[in-house]
Amino acid sequence: MRGVVRTFQVGDQTVRALDGVDLDIEAGEYVSIMGPSGSGKSTMLNLIGLLDRPTDGLYALAGQDVTALDDDQRARVRGERIGFIFQAFHLVPRLTAAENVELPLTLAGIAPAERRRRVARALEAVGLTDRAHHVPAQLSGGQRQRVAIARATVTEPAVLLADEPTGNLDRASGHDVVRVLEDLNARGITLIVVTHDAEMGGRARRRIRMVDGRIAEDARA
Amino acid sequence: MTAADTLRFAFRALTGFRVRTALMLLAMSIGVAAVVLLTSLGEAARTYVTGEFAALGTNLLIVIPGRSETTGGAPPVTGATARDLTIEDAVALGRSPQVALIAPLTVGETALSAGTRSRNAVVMGTTHEMETVRHLTVERGRFLPPGDPSRASAVAVLGATLADELFGARDPLGAQVRLGDRRFRVVGVLARQGQSLGTNMDEAVFIPVASAQALFNTPSLFRILVQAADRDAVAPAERDLLRILRERHEGEEDVTVITQGSVLGAFDRILRALTYAVAGIAAISLFVAGILVMNVMLVAVSQRTAEIGLLRALGASSGRVRALFLTEAALLSLLGAVLGVAIGVGGGLAVSAMVPALDLTPPAWAVAAAVGIALTTGTLFALLPARRAAALDPVEALAPR
Repeated sequence: MRGVVRTFQVGDQTVRALDGVDLDIEAGEYVSIMGPSGSGKSTMLNLIGLLDRPTDGLYALAGQDVTALDDDQRARVRGERIGFIFQAFHLVPRLTAAENVELPLTLAGIAPAERRRRVARALEAVGLTDRAHHVPAQLSGGQRQRVAIARATVTEPAVLLADEPTGNLDRASGHDVVRVLEDLNARGITLIVVTHDAEMGGRARRRIRMVDGRIAEDARA
Repeated sequence: MTAADTLRFAFRALTGFRVRTALMLLAMSIGVAAVVLLTSLGEAARTYVTGEFAALGTNLLIVIPGRSETTGGAPPVTGATARDLTIEDAVALGRSPQVALIAPLTVGETALSAGTRSRNAVVMGTTHEMETVRHLTVERGRFLPPGDPSRASAVAVLGATLADELFGARDPLGAQVRLGDRRFRVVGVLARQGQSLGTNMDEAVFIPVASAQALFNTPSLFRILVQAADRDAVAPAERDLLRILRERHEGEEDVTVITQGSVLGAFDRILRALTYAVAGIAAISLFVAGILVMNVMLVAVSQRTAEIGLLRALGASSGRVRALFLTEAALLSLLGAVLGVAIGVGGGLAVSAMVPALDLTPPAWAVAAAVGIALTTGTLFALLPARRAAALDPVEALAPR
């Protein structure tokens, strides 16, 4: 990222959520982004995940400039390279765990047989094979977030973006989720976590602190 | 995303919101069923009426005394009463090469009695040819004998109801009946003909036309039924009839000729228009169902904002989101339409089973139109909600609320 600026119009005021950010993240890194509310960390995550586009500046993902891509192209990049994990899980309530995990593969147009194989593998990786045919309402919070992780990883993305992944979980299941995420990182996936939780943020090898839309601190363990 | 996957996703969305889907299906199917049933009804009425007319006879022309003019002009000041039609007129008409058969008709009403029983009967004075021209069926004996129409003879043919009421189980053939002060010998009984355009043939008694004129003391005819030689002869026959009668009536055109085809065509057109009108009114309910689809889909979009954001995050373009919502609406409309056709056709069959005279088989065009309109309105009205879903900003859609 070079000189990335993102402004929002709030009433008649222009808010600079990101104010000239320069940032390089290498493949396979484990990064936490922390900072007070309104510091721009969520905006940063949305930009990295191509859900949002910068007002100014340049963003390249895996060497490719993605700033100028149109809506369709950015959707394809999201589907192929990025996995999202949300604080609120965002599982589709009427679909079973397996169907939720299958969703990104279906959207990508992958054949059903291949989809089934990869869904089974992804659920196994998060230890939920026996919960495949439960709907989210029948699962605990920790299980739901693991289903969401399986969904985020089933496409084998290069980058995993987690926005307060343990924010809605108790300590024990939060711990489970963090371990699953760190296992994935250990196998080469780039993991970027936005969190309020200092303990969780402290586990990352690289810790970025944001204040007022700028990077205030960038520390490596 | 493949079409099959899109359909499956839409289907899961429908089964995921059962009450909403059931209500929508109900609204849509009522609309479709209304179109199907009402057009069936209209078509049934049309077939019934045109069938009645066709049953009157084949290549039939009817000559009526008097001229009905609707094309303006001052009415004649002096008494220009129409000349009566006479038996001689009828015989003259029969000489036209375009004409196969003629049957003059005089109608009156008088008391008919046999022994001690008596009742009022419609008396039809006519000739042997009436049997063929009017497609009458004789059950016992024979119809009026052939012969010179101007010769009276004391024979009668009874309608089925009259025969039953006057003779009961006894055989009326050869028996004497009285019409007014005259005696007639029964030579035949008609099979049950049923109601035909307001005249119940079962309650009529047929006697030779000359006898009826004597009975009612009139030289005139009620009308003359003419059967043209064939279908192509109907139009020339009409011209011939008018020409012959003009010559016979000192150059005045004082009769009206109705052809069966023109009446048939008129009724066919009127009833067809009526069917379309009724179908159009019923189609309004489909329009209403379309607006309901829009409402339901708008609610769905705001209920499923997070889901839409998620789909975008998982790699769905805004076009994909739009397609998913449109597919959902189209599927909803299609299922509603299929259900509606089933209800409409089923209802029609049920009514037909109870009332055999009424054939409520819906015309294919009505079924196709109902399903087509349902699909089109359902999908059109879903365009706005689907576009709204597609335009959602994924970041805002995913933001916790």
